Amino acid sequence: MAKQLLQFTDNGIFCAEGNFYIDPWRPVDDAVLTHAHADHARTGSKRYLAHELSREILRYRLGADISLQTIPYGETVYKNGVQISLFPAGHIIGSAQARVEYQGEVWVVSGDYKVEDDGISTPFEPVPCHHFISECTFGMPVYQWKPQQLIFNEINRWWEKNIEEGKATIIAGYSLGKAQRILCNLDLSLGTVFTHGVIENTNDALRRNGIDLPKTVRINPEIPKEEIKKGIVLLPPSAVGSNWMRKLAPFEFGFCSGWMNVRGAKKRRAADRGFVLSDHADWDGLISAIDATGCESVYLTHGYTASFSRYLREIGFDAHEVHTLYGGDESEGEIPSEDLGSGSGDEAGTKKTGVKEASAENETITTFGEAKANQPESL
Amino acid sequence: MKHFAALFAALDETNKTNEKVNAIKAYFLTVSDADKMHMLALFSGRKPKRQINSTLVKNYAIELANIPVWLFEESYQVVGDLAETISLLLPESSQTSNKSLTEWIAEINALNKLDETERKLWLIESWASLTRQERFVFNKLLTSSFRVGVSQSLVVKALADISKLDAPTLTHRIMGSWDPEVYTFTQLMEEQGALDDLSRPYPFFLAYPIQETSEKQKSPEEMQTALGNANEWQAEWKWDGIRAQLIHRKGEIFIWSRGEDLATEKFPELHPFIQALPDGTVLDGELLTFRDEQPLPFNLLQTRIGRKNLTKKILEENPVAFIAYDCLEVGGEDIRTKTQTERREILEQLQRDTSFSTIFRVSPLIDFSSWEELAGIRKNSREMVAEGIMLKRKNATYQVGRKRGDWWKWKIDPLSVDAVMIYAQKGHGRRADLYTDYTFAVWDGDRLVPFAKAYSGLTDQEIGKVDAFVKRNTLEKFGPVRTVKPELVFEIGFEGINQSSRHKSGIALRFPRILRWRHDKKKEEADTLESLKSLL
Repeated sequence: MAKQLLQFTDNGIFCAEGNFYIDPWRPVDDAVLTHAHADHARTGSKRYLAHELSREILRYRLGADISLQTIPYGETVYKNGVQISLFPAGHIIGSAQARVEYQGEVWVVSGDYKVEDDGISTPFEPVPCHHFISECTFGMPVYQWKPQQLIFNEINRWWEKNIEEGKATIIAGYSLGKAQRILCNLDLSLGTVFTHGVIENTNDALRRNGIDLPKTVRINPEIPKEEIKKGIVLLPPSAVGSNWMRKLAPFEFGFCSGWMNVRGAKKRRAADRGFVLSDHADWDGLISAIDATGCESVYLTHGYTASFSRYLREIGFDAHEVHTLYGGDESEGEIPSEDLGSGSGDEAGTKKTGVKEASAENETITTFGEAKANQPESL
Repeated sequence: MKHFAALFAALDETNKTNEKVNAIKAYFLTVSDADKMHMLALFSGRKPKRQINSTLVKNYAIELANIPVWLFEESYQVVGDLAETISLLLPESSQTSNKSLTEWIAEINALNKLDETERKLWLIESWASLTRQERFVFNKLLTSSFRVGVSQSLVVKALADISKLDAPTLTHRIMGSWDPEVYTFTQLMEEQGALDDLSRPYPFFLAYPIQETSEKQKSPEEMQTALGNANEWQAEWKWDGIRAQLIHRKGEIFIWSRGEDLATEKFPELHPFIQALPDGTVLDGELLTFRDEQPLPFNLLQTRIGRKNLTKKILEENPVAFIAYDCLEVGGEDIRTKTQTERREILEQLQRDTSFSTIFRVSPLIDFSSWEELAGIRKNSREMVAEGIMLKRKNATYQVGRKRGDWWKWKIDPLSVDAVMIYAQKGHGRRADLYTDYTFAVWDGDRLVPFAKAYSGLTDQEIGKVDAFVKRNTLEKFGPVRTVKPELVFEIGFEGINQSSRHKSGIALRFPRILRWRHDKKKEEADTLESLKSLL
C-alpha cells in the first residue's frame, strides 16, 4: 500500500510530505490545530497554525509566547508543497476542519464538529475530499438532538421559574464553547449572567479576539446573594460540587451535554436538570456530514468508533476505526472533580491536572497511557 | 398519559424529596380517580401483566427504526434500559393522543384478544401518537418493566397530604393484592376502612442497622449510649430466611412475603397449621428450611422458591418451618399498638395451643443482662445459622416500614476474601454505559477461577476509574462481556458460602459485594480457592 498523505502515528495525525502534525498529543515541530480544546491543542510544540478566531484563546491556554500563525477560513498555506487550509467545523468559535492537499489528493481532518448552526460559531461546511478523518463522539443512533431553540426555550423557562422561587440558577457547560453558546442564546431580559473565573477568563480572551459577547459579570464575594439569585451563573464542569458552587445555595443546577440524552447518564450527574445540548454532531448529523464530503474512505478517531465504523461499512462506506487520544471535552467532569477551593474562583480551574478520561471508547491505547497522564490540561 | 408521562419526567428531574412529593400531589389533583388508582398500583409495584412478548416489541421497534439488529443491541448497552432504548430509536412522532393512563392500560390488557398482525398495527399506531417521553413510559407499561425511583412512602405522603387519612392507614390500605380496576379511590379514602379484604396484610415493621458497616463496630458503651439499658430490650436471632406474614381470616389462609407477593401455594406444609389458628389471626415471622431442630442454610430455601412444581422430593428434602416473631392480629383485632412484651405473650400462648409445634415455632429470646454479654453472644451467630441479632424495645408498638428507634438489627461482620477482577460488563439505569458489573476470581494453583459477581460497593469516583481501566485493558469481548487483564484486586464481602454444583468454582456465595478496592495488593496476593473452601 502506498504511503498515505496523512498517517496515524504515536504523536498524532502526521503529514510526512509536509512534515507537520494535526492536533498532535506530543510536542512536535509544526502543529496544525483544529480548535483550542485541551485534547486537541496541547503545549510544547515549536510552531502552531490555527484559525484566527482561536488566536487569543490559544495564547491564553498554551502560553502567550507560543509561535502561532493564524489564518482565516479558506486561505491556503503551503508547507513543503503541501496545501493546508481551514474550513468551519461549527464546534466552537474558531473551530476548523483542516484540509490538506498534495498532488491532487485531498484529506480533511474534522476535529470536533456539529452541523447545527449555534448562532455563535461559524456554521459547519462540508468539504469535498478523498479521505475524511472524522470524530464520532455521539456515533450511536440513540443520540439525536432537538433544534437548539427548543432546548434554550426550556433553559429560559427554567431560569424564569427559579427566579420566581427565589433560587439561584447555575448552569454547567464546558468553559470554552458551551459556556459562550449558552450565553449568546439566553433570554438576557430575564437577568444578569454571572460567570465563574475560568469561564470569564475564556470570555475575556475571546473578546480580545474581537468577538462581541454579551455582558457577563465575574462573580466576586462583594456581589450580594440576592443579586445572584436573580441571575444565572455559568459554571465549568470542573467546579460542579465545589465549595465555590455550594456557597451559592439555594440554587437549581442544570447541566448541558449531549450525554444528558440518556436517563442513566443524567442520573449519574445528579443535576436538577439535564439539558441535551451538544457541540458535537448527533447520529444523523455525522452520517450526513460524512456523506456530504463525497469521500472514498472515512477514518473514525474518537467516540463510538467500533460500532459507528461497522455501521458505515454496512451502508457502503469504506470506514476505518483509528485510535487516538481525542475525546476530552464532552466528557469533562464525568468523573467527579476535586474540590476546587473557594474565594472568587479566579483561575480555580487551572489547579486541575491531567487530561480528563475520555468516556468515549478509546480502546487499547495503553501505549499512550504515559503521555496522556503527563499531559497537563493547561487551561 | 400526558399527565403520567409528565409526572415521570418531573420525578426524574429532581433529587429533592419535597419536589417529588409536590409533583405527585399535583398529579393526584389533576387526574381522574381511575388514573389515581392506576398510578398508585404502578408506583407500589403492582405491574400490569405482560400481554405482549418483549422480543416482539423489540423487533417491531428495530423495523421502525430501520437499523440492524446488532446496532439495536449495542444501543441497548449504551442506554441500559429496553423501554428507553426503543423510545430513543423510534422516529419522531407527528400525531398526538389524549388517551388517559386508564385507557392505555385497558388497551394493553386487551392485547391478548388480538392476533399478531393486529397487535403490530396497534403498536405502530400507538407509538406514532406518543411523544418520546410518553413512549418511554408506555414501553415500560408494555414490557411490564415498570420501576420508579420513588419510594412508596413518598407516594403515600403525597396522598396523605391531600386527604384526611394518615400515612400508616394509607400504607395499610394499599397492602396486599388489589386491582385498580376494582378498588376505587373513594373506597381507599373512606374514613372507616369499610372495604373488607380478608387477604390484606399489615405493613411490615423493619429494623435499621445499628452499625452501618463492619468498620463501624459498636462498643458496649456505645450501645448503652444509643439504646439505653439492656433490660429495656428483647433480643432474638436474626434468621436468614423469608420474612412473611401468615393470615387466617374466616376460614381463608394467606402467606405474604415481605415483597408483598402472595406465596400461599409455595408452602403447602404450613397450611394445616395456619388453618388451625383461631379465626382472625395474623402472625409475622420468618420462613426457614428446618430439620432436626436446626435451620438449614438459605440456599436450600432458595432452590424451593425457584421451583414451579413442588415435588414430593423437594418437600421432603427442604422442609419448611415458620419461626414467629410477632402477632399483629388476634380475634380479628389489630393489636399493633400493644407493646412488644404484650404481643409476645399472646404469640407464645398461640404457640402453646398449637398441635403443630414442629412447624410453628416462636423465635427464642436470647437471655442476656448487659450489652457486653450480648456482644459476646452475637459472635455465635454463624453457628446458629443466623445473620446476627435483632433488638426490639420491650415497650414498642408494631410500626409501619423502616423506622429508627425501636427495632434494630445488629448483623455479624461479613466474611471476606481478596479477589481479582477478570470480567466486566456494563450496568443498567444510572450505571448505563459504564463498566460496573464485575466477575471476580481467586487462585486455584496458577489459574484464576471465577467465583462471584458483584456490582455494588464502589463510589462513583472508583467506578469511573475501574471503567477507564476496563476500556484500556480489554483482552477479549464476548457479546457485552469483556475479559479484562487480571490486575485489580478487591476485597469481596459475603454473608455465607455453600457448595454448588452449578458453579465452576464449586461454591456459591450469599450476597457478595465489594467491600473495598485493595490498591495495596497485587494480583498474586489474592486469596485461593482452597482458603475460600475452608470457610464451607
